[in-house]
Amino acid sequence: MDFTLNDEQRLLQESAERYLAKEYPFAVRRRLLATDLGFNRETWKAFADLGWLGIGIPEEFGGIGGSGVETAVLMEAFGAVLVGEPYLATCVLGVGVVRLASSPVQKKVLLPKVATGDLLLAFAFAEPGSRYELSRVATRARKNGSGFVLDGRKAVVFDAAAADTFIVAARTAGGVADSDGITLFLVEADAKGLTRRDYPTVDGRRASEVTLKGVAVDADAIVGAVDSGLPVIEWVIDHAIAAVTAEAVGIMSALNRQTLEYLKTRRQFGRPLANFQVLQHRMVDMFAACELSKSMAYMAAVRAGDRDADSRAKAVSAAKVQIGKAGRFVGQQAVQLHGGMGMTDELPVGHYFKRLTMIDTLFGDVDFHLRRFAGG
Amino acid sequence: MDLTLSPHELAFQSEVRAFIRDNLPADIKRKVEDGLRLVKDDMVRWQKLLGVRGWMAPHWPEKYGGTGWSPVERYLFEEELALGGCPRVAPFGINMVGPVIIEFGSEAHKRRFLPRILSSDDWWCQGYSEPEAGSDLAALKTRAETDGDDYLVNGVKTWTTFAHYADWIFCLVRTGSKAKKQEGISFLLIDMRADGIVIRPIRTFDGGDEINEVSFTDVRVPKDNLIGREGQGWTIAKFLLGYERTGIAGVARSKKQMQRLRTIAAREMCGGRPLIEDPKFRDKVAAVEIELMALEYTNLRIVSAENAGQAPGPESSLLKFRGTEIQQAITELLLEAVGYYALPYAPDALADGWNESPIGPEYAAPLAPHYFNWRKASIYAGTNEIQKNIIAKMILEM
Repeated sequence: MDFTLNDEQRLLQESAERYLAKEYPFAVRRRLLATDLGFNRETWKAFADLGWLGIGIPEEFGGIGGSGVETAVLMEAFGAVLVGEPYLATCVLGVGVVRLASSPVQKKVLLPKVATGDLLLAFAFAEPGSRYELSRVATRARKNGSGFVLDGRKAVVFDAAAADTFIVAARTAGGVADSDGITLFLVEADAKGLTRRDYPTVDGRRASEVTLKGVAVDADAIVGAVDSGLPVIEWVIDHAIAAVTAEAVGIMSALNRQTLEYLKTRRQFGRPLANFQVLQHRMVDMFAACELSKSMAYMAAVRAGDRDADSRAKAVSAAKVQIGKAGRFVGQQAVQLHGGMGMTDELPVGHYFKRLTMIDTLFGDVDFHLRRFAGG
Repeated sequence: MDLTLSPHELAFQSEVRAFIRDNLPADIKRKVEDGLRLVKDDMVRWQKLLGVRGWMAPHWPEKYGGTGWSPVERYLFEEELALGGCPRVAPFGINMVGPVIIEFGSEAHKRRFLPRILSSDDWWCQGYSEPEAGSDLAALKTRAETDGDDYLVNGVKTWTTFAHYADWIFCLVRTGSKAKKQEGISFLLIDMRADGIVIRPIRTFDGGDEINEVSFTDVRVPKDNLIGREGQGWTIAKFLLGYERTGIAGVARSKKQMQRLRTIAAREMCGGRPLIEDPKFRDKVAAVEIELMALEYTNLRIVSAENAGQAPGPESSLLKFRGTEIQQAITELLLEAVGYYALPYAPDALADGWNESPIGPEYAAPLAPHYFNWRKASIYAGTNEIQKNIIAKMILEM
């Protein structure tokens, strides 16, 4: 039993923190907010050069072959400066599907290009009526010769506007909420019949509603086995949850650091706010919420690799519940303790709070995961 | 990062498990698992078995009887004791005065006191709090004044757990009148059989009688019983605060209580089906279970850091306040689980050897008293508010 980072992981943590502190000040984020894609392709290239894009990619396909812990370390560092680059969409969701389910040929085509920063992926799993239910897939894929034709709508596809290739979940058999009968397809972004409605999200990211109308794909576009996509989706989403819980921990740590700093410098009634016990105890509760979340995020990073799907699901859902509650508390209190300044767009506080709030929504909120944990 | 136990740790775990299986007396195990009251004999009988095995004081240096285990092994040991239904080892000798004597005592002190702590021949109690000195411990007034080779001790100590069992009490007393109130405090060992000591039991509202007020009137104490120097008492008290607190979160005991909660909630009926299937109740249980997981992994993170050579720090205050909040939440759910049968008050049912048939389900009788009794957990050993003061000061530097 050892719940500490090893030397390589610590090194990754230190270098990521150092690099991002220097290259990713808040002004960078502010500039990105005004751009179309919400991120910078040169920064993405730099991430590739640092080896970060290949963390989840096996060495034989140009990556580093790291574990969930390395991903968590990086996501925590990303959270601390609110990195807007599409790491979650491409390197966690996209690479996750390919690594788990793709044929060796697909891997060989896709993964090396992801590692070098030359290919961006987007995972279209959710639909307008599916909420957090991963098996509710109404998008249809009808057999067409040796290939398929896809029709349907996909909701809130992260970083779709920048993606070169989509991974789309579509129904090849069964009723709309059946566990069996879901198949995953690779669809090129410029495929005929695929249209996007792009928009910014409240937390400063980008997403799209994606419509598929008679999109024809060949047999080699199928990822994994026909009709058996759901376990792949579940596995990937659990890994994505582990990743965003780590990102949330980075955000909470940054919020706590900035709030504490503010309490120590801001004076009222002739003394620093930090001298008021009611604020000290609030700050301690925020500190505790973050520490407990950190333990759960790293637990989830390790246990997301569990072979047993039930044990994996329980661990990941527990972490998501913890992070959802803690994130709401820390975010709200960070704004509260900054007083009026906390309401301004000028300070980073509100930006962190918005991302933290949206992380609770991603892949299922507190209530959803509490129920999943309880087995209901 | 590896959350599984190594082969060595697994072997260690089964060794401890086998020892408990072969040695823990069945009557004591039953009392612990059913939440009945333990008496001194129960605790001493079990502690003596641990003492004979050499496992009484794992965290002490080996030359004084420690086991030389790593922090992870000590954690596993405590976990097995809790999950196995063992009584909690009384902390006053092993976790409190023992380490103080090892760190600050003379060779003579060590020879005289440590073996009798290890063998459970001496029962210790703690003389810290006073009627006018609770959270503000340094406001204590009990005085020890020099009289030849002795001190004469006068004052009142309170909330003294198991004073009526104790052979010895370790006290913080005032030996000087310095401007700064922390400076005139000393750490003194007092024989509970000395003349001038009166123990008055304090009945708690759960029906318990574990705590006492202990008054000292011209109690003569040899100066040899002073630990450290005069005026060093506050330093010693702070040392004790940071000492060996891996078990302070009570994770394993809470896990055991969660099992009990699930068992009870599976037998209680609600709307024609087991209570545990009621969505609202099930969600409440799940929420506490997740909080307990977060605490457990935080505890493991701290233990792992200790294993890697980092000294334990003030984060144990987090374990204390979160641990007790969770323990209290579980006692609350247990109380809720039995519905009406939380009401019957049968104090005799809480002791061993009650022959009458239970009123309501046999598990119900201790639940309300336990809920009431456990309100103490957020008050003792430094209230949870004091723990937050400590974190604010020591970690956040506010």
